[in-house]
Order: sequence, then structure tokens, then C-alpha cells
Amino acid sequence: MDLDLARNLPHAGFNFDNCKRNATLLSGGFKPPTTTKTGTTIVGIIYKDGVVLGADTRATEGPIVSDKNCAKIHYLAKNIYCCGAGTAADTERTTDIISSQLELHRLSTERDVRVVAANTMLKQMLFRYQGHISAALVLGGVDKTGPHIYCIHPHGSSDKLPYATMGSGSLAAMSVFESRWKPDMSEKEAKLLVRDAIAAGIFNDLGSGSNVDLCVIRKDSVEYLRNYELANKKGERQLDYRFDIGATRVLHSTISDMNITERIEVVPMETS
Amino acid sequence: MVYEMDFTDTPVSTGTTIMAVEFDGGVVIGADSRTSSGPYVANRVTDKLTRITDKIYCCRSGSAADTQAIADIVAYSLNYHENQTSKDALVFEAASEFRNYCYNYRDSLLAGIIVAGWDEQRGGQVFSIPLGGMLTREPCTIGGSGSSFIYGYVREHFHEGMSKEECVKFVKTAVQHAIYHDGSSGGVVRVGIITKEGVERRLFYNTESGESEISGTGSSAILAQ
Repeated sequence: MDLDLARNLPHAGFNFDNCKRNATLLSGGFKPPTTTKTGTTIVGIIYKDGVVLGADTRATEGPIVSDKNCAKIHYLAKNIYCCGAGTAADTERTTDIISSQLELHRLSTERDVRVVAANTMLKQMLFRYQGHISAALVLGGVDKTGPHIYCIHPHGSSDKLPYATMGSGSLAAMSVFESRWKPDMSEKEAKLLVRDAIAAGIFNDLGSGSNVDLCVIRKDSVEYLRNYELANKKGERQLDYRFDIGATRVLHSTISDMNITERIEVVPMETS
Repeated sequence: MVYEMDFTDTPVSTGTTIMAVEFDGGVVIGADSRTSSGPYVANRVTDKLTRITDKIYCCRSGSAADTQAIADIVAYSLNYHENQTSKDALVFEAASEFRNYCYNYRDSLLAGIIVAGWDEQRGGQVFSIPLGGMLTREPCTIGGSGSSFIYGYVREHFHEGMSKEECVKFVKTAVQHAIYHDGSSGGVVRVGIITKEGVERRLFYNTESGESEISGTGSSAILAQ
């Protein structure tokens, strides 16, 4: 009885059932369904007393924008956040799993978790799945050893950097950082630089678009600035195409009588 | 399709130049600092000289993910070993453990590793573990995509019994030549000197003199530190 119950429990972690289905579809000459990819611009930088993470808010399915305002900055712990690019489902699930493990780790060690711990757990998980989890991450946070930014690739390699960019818009964003980043920036400067990097991605990369999300993590506080800037406000229509009654001049009019005749045929009801 | 950037899906690899040389009393290790992902430079200030223990380092080439994963496992295992035995790990023990992973998983790994360090028993040692998982000790070894360009230079200029500073100069110029000729190698030259005392790190910029153009200023100088 208990065993039957256990059999019916959903699997923990990732479910790869659909891979088999997709392979079958492919072998039958059909196209497997496409995944929702966050063709993305995500960035993170270290400034004087913390880190600033940034992301655009476009999610795409092939050439279609599937979400115009999605959130790509994920919560990992109260002092650690993580931006995700790649397959939306994978980044969401990966950060959720690691977030839960980090909370258990915090409870068992009775200390605030460190950013290195998050980095190690994420890279080990991604390495285990050999790149099949399409998650490209920019991890950022502040712990007792200071502010940290890590760049984690889908195959499980990671780089520790003072500034990082990821996703299809990473080139546009990196060009902004490479020309303007300097050490020990103020929070105001840092936020502006991150905004500009994300804006570069939004305007110059087709995979990125819509709004700018920011997340500022300081030593003892976090500020999650969802829709920090609406970079693509919908313009208001200045004129409309409805015309006032009488706007068209009547040149001449003809009135004629119409003879309408109507014939009604009576069909007897069937009674048998 | 234009909007899909291929490099975001290609694995990150350290198209690299790495090398290590033994001298009396220690080893000198060197590497460039480029990590590429297809045509894109994912990191221009990478540190490919990775700490395993205080006096054992490895130079990584091949897949960044694979080499980082192995280095992390070996570093963890040797740290545990040192704690249990209250003794510093031997360079051969580190190299042997690297070899075991590289050989056993040779079909699924892309990793060319040089293990170098100093121990009480045999002094400075350099071990090379190329792609198939073979382990050899060598007085001087080179690795990575950039190494093919400097076989001639190394053969001509390496001789046993060089002093520490001679080795540093040799490693520096060799890696500089490799960076010059190899597209997948670039950035700065990182050098590590491992002796009885521990590690000394040095950094050479991609300039005529090897010094940063205006010392102490500019983000590049700070970044690479």
C-alpha cells in the first residue's frame, strides 16, 4: 500500500520524459516543440559597497515574444540573487532548487550562506547534467567576505569577475562595461552603468527587449527594483480616425420609393 | 536566424597556452588568461593556474567546465588527505589522482592538465596529463592550443639547470610567443613560482616591456590583479 503511494509521488528534480517524446517526433519527421528561451541581456557588477544585478524582461519562443515583462532576477537567499539566461524553465527550476538547498544549509550552519557556496552548488549541478540544463547565470551577492559576482555557464564552468554579462545581449552590455567600468564606483554610478548596459542589450539585441529590472544588494540590505525603467513605453495616439457627424458634405440626394412585397406560404403541421 | 547567438550554447573552453618548468628548488608555471566560447572571449583575465594545495598547482586546458570540476574534486580530496595524515600532499599523489579521473572518464572529458608543485620528498616536480589520461613527469612541458606554436622555441631555449629567474623569463617569453601566434590564447601572462616557501605570483601585461603601460591606473590593470 505504502509502496503504491510512493510510486504515485511525482519525481523530484528535473523530468526528462519529454526528451523521449521529442526524439520520437523528430524521427517521425516532425519538429519537436520549441522551448521558451529568454534570449536575454543579464549583467552584474561590483561597486563600492555591494553589487548591482540587472536584466531585461523579454521572453521569446523562436521569433515570438512570449512575455513582455518577465522577471529574470531570481531569489537565492536573502543576501544572494541570480540572473538567468537560456531556457526559462531551466533557469527558474535551477535557481529554485539551489535556493531551497541554500536555506537548508543556512539553517544547519546557523550562518548566512556565502556566495561561493551558491556558486559551487550551481556549477556542480549544471556539470552533473552535462550542459543539458540550458542555464547561463550571473550570480551576485554580499557575504561576510564582501561583494561577489560569478558568471556560470550551462556546462558548469564559472568565472569570478568584478563585472559580468550573459545572454544574447552580452556583447552589447559588455561593450558598455568595458568602456565605462571602474573600481569602487558609487551606488548611483553603478545603477546608471547597469541601466545603460541593459538598455544597450534591449535596443541592440533582438533577443532582448522591454524593461529594465535592477537588484541592488548591499551589506545588510537588498533593493529589488522591478521595472526600474520602462525603456519601451507604448506611445499614446495623438489623433484618431473617427470623423464628426457632418464632416462629409452631402452633394446631392435622391429619394425613391421601394415596393416590398412579402408572400407567406402556409405549410400545414405534420400530425401523424 | 539572426537573433539566435550560437556562442551562448557552445561549451566554454580554455583555448589555451599553459606551461611548467622545473628548477632546482621548485617549479615555474605559466599561462595566458583567455577563456573563449566559440568566437567570443568569455573572460580575458582568467586564472588558469589553479590551487590544489598550498604547494601544488595545476594548469588547466580544454573544457573549462571539465577541468574546473576535476580540479575542485582533487583539491577537496587532497585537503581531506592532508587533514587526515597531518602531512602535505605529494605532487605525485595529486598528479595520480588527476590521472585517474582523466583516464577513467577519458571518453567524456576534454581536459589537458599540467600538475606542478613542490614537496619535501622530491622537490619541484612537473607532471603532464594530456588528453587520453597518460601521466608523465617532465622537466619542462607545454600544453593547450597555443603550445603547438612554441615547440621550436622551447626545444631551442630550454636546458636543464636554469635558475629561478631564468625559468620565469623563459616561461614569460614562451607564453608571449604563443599568445602572439595563437588566436585562442591572449590577455596577460600569468606566472606562478612554487618553492618550499609557497607560491609567488607574477603578472606580465601584453606590452613591449611586460609592464602595464601606465602603472597602477586603468581598469585593465586592476582587473587582472
